[in-house]
Amino acid sequence: MRAFLAILSRDLRLILRHGSEAATAVAFFLLATLLFPFGLGPEPELLARIAAGILWVVALLASLIALDRLFAEDYQDGSLEQLALAPLPMPLVVLAKLAAHWLATGLPLVILAPILALMLRMDPAGLPALIGSLLLGTPCLSLIGAVGAALVLGARRGALLLPLLILPLYIPVLIFGTAAVDAALSGLSAAPHLQLLGAILLISLGVGPFAASAAAKQALS
Amino acid sequence: MHRFASPARFQRLSRRLMPWLAGACLLLFPVGLLLAFLAPADYQQGLSVRIMYVHVPSAWMGLQVYALIAIASAVALIWRHPLADLFAKSASPIGAAFTAMALATGSLWGKPMWGTWWVWDARLTSMLILLFLYLGHMLLFGAFDDRVRGQRAAAVLALVGAINLPIIKFSVNWWNTLHQPASILRWGAPTIDPSMLWPLFVMAIAFNAYFGVTLLLGMRAELLEARLRALQYGRAA
Repeated sequence: MRAFLAILSRDLRLILRHGSEAATAVAFFLLATLLFPFGLGPEPELLARIAAGILWVVALLASLIALDRLFAEDYQDGSLEQLALAPLPMPLVVLAKLAAHWLATGLPLVILAPILALMLRMDPAGLPALIGSLLLGTPCLSLIGAVGAALVLGARRGALLLPLLILPLYIPVLIFGTAAVDAALSGLSAAPHLQLLGAILLISLGVGPFAASAAAKQALS
Repeated sequence: MHRFASPARFQRLSRRLMPWLAGACLLLFPVGLLLAFLAPADYQQGLSVRIMYVHVPSAWMGLQVYALIAIASAVALIWRHPLADLFAKSASPIGAAFTAMALATGSLWGKPMWGTWWVWDARLTSMLILLFLYLGHMLLFGAFDDRVRGQRAAAVLALVGAINLPIIKFSVNWWNTLHQPASILRWGAPTIDPSMLWPLFVMAIAFNAYFGVTLLLGMRAELLEARLRALQYGRAA
């Protein structure tokens, strides 16, 4: 547990001191969302109807941008090898890095999303479902994305390959995330969709760290 | 299982299997197509129901090949079986082709039946995702300078992507959209008449035989390529 927390705080400090990485994802989230009213026209009804979808898709792409660097720097400077040799099992190392990554890039998205949703004129009735679905969904994105980030370590054009590998696996999260908000907006219960998102989170917690550490280990061998 | 790891043994086995598979393919495709043309036209869909005899087996094969790749990938990762990697690499483009064919024939069938080439229906969308999974898998093989690394990475991806298979299979039952629900592989008896079921089965077996033929050809070509590379290294050294 101490080793887990040590890696978590090391990664968090690295991300925050670098600054740019976490800020890039957040700035991308803000800017990309604000492009939609310009592209689609500012009609409040239209924006209100598609706000949840916009926010979810942009959150998905923002997490993709941030994931690219998840293992890459540690892989290049050799500290990933040191972490693999550490007594802590590799899946837990991955989980600690992911926790730090999510706190620095995922959580700000969850906090910003309701503000952006209101700017897009979404009905406030959908806000709890939006926050809940993002809280459950963005960790899934990090967990699934970690597998892809580990797979493309050392690959030619890895950054271009990553979206192709990961986006198909993201789609179930996107479907249930937006469905939860849509259900809440039309006066239905968002609970079934949130429960399915929770199920996806549990599955990706069970599979993601192991698959990512298996992939990272081969990059090291 | 490692008895089959030797390329020579595999070559001998594949040479013995090939005439049978090719024969089955040559025999069953005409028979299946003939049966499909003799099968009664659907009372609702008329003659266009005959697309089914190509569409449904292609869709089955798209899923089946991915499942086989996932199994082969597990074998490759756990036992480091060299032929399993070859299997995954050779099967991937074939599976992608089957998936693309299922999408194309489905689109052709959808136009007269549903009045549209494409809808964002659960089954259609999930088959499209399957196609992208195949593409990612194929690209990952070639993305590394080290071939073994590409094989391992692709194997991990194939295993992770396999989670999507049940989602695709049950998408028509979970989401009630335009695509009709499962009518053959379901609890209880199939809801499709035997006069249509038999041609479908013959076509499905024919598709499997075709998969076997192309797979063996692909794996043999991979083995030859590996030998060629070894010879070139030998000369360069």
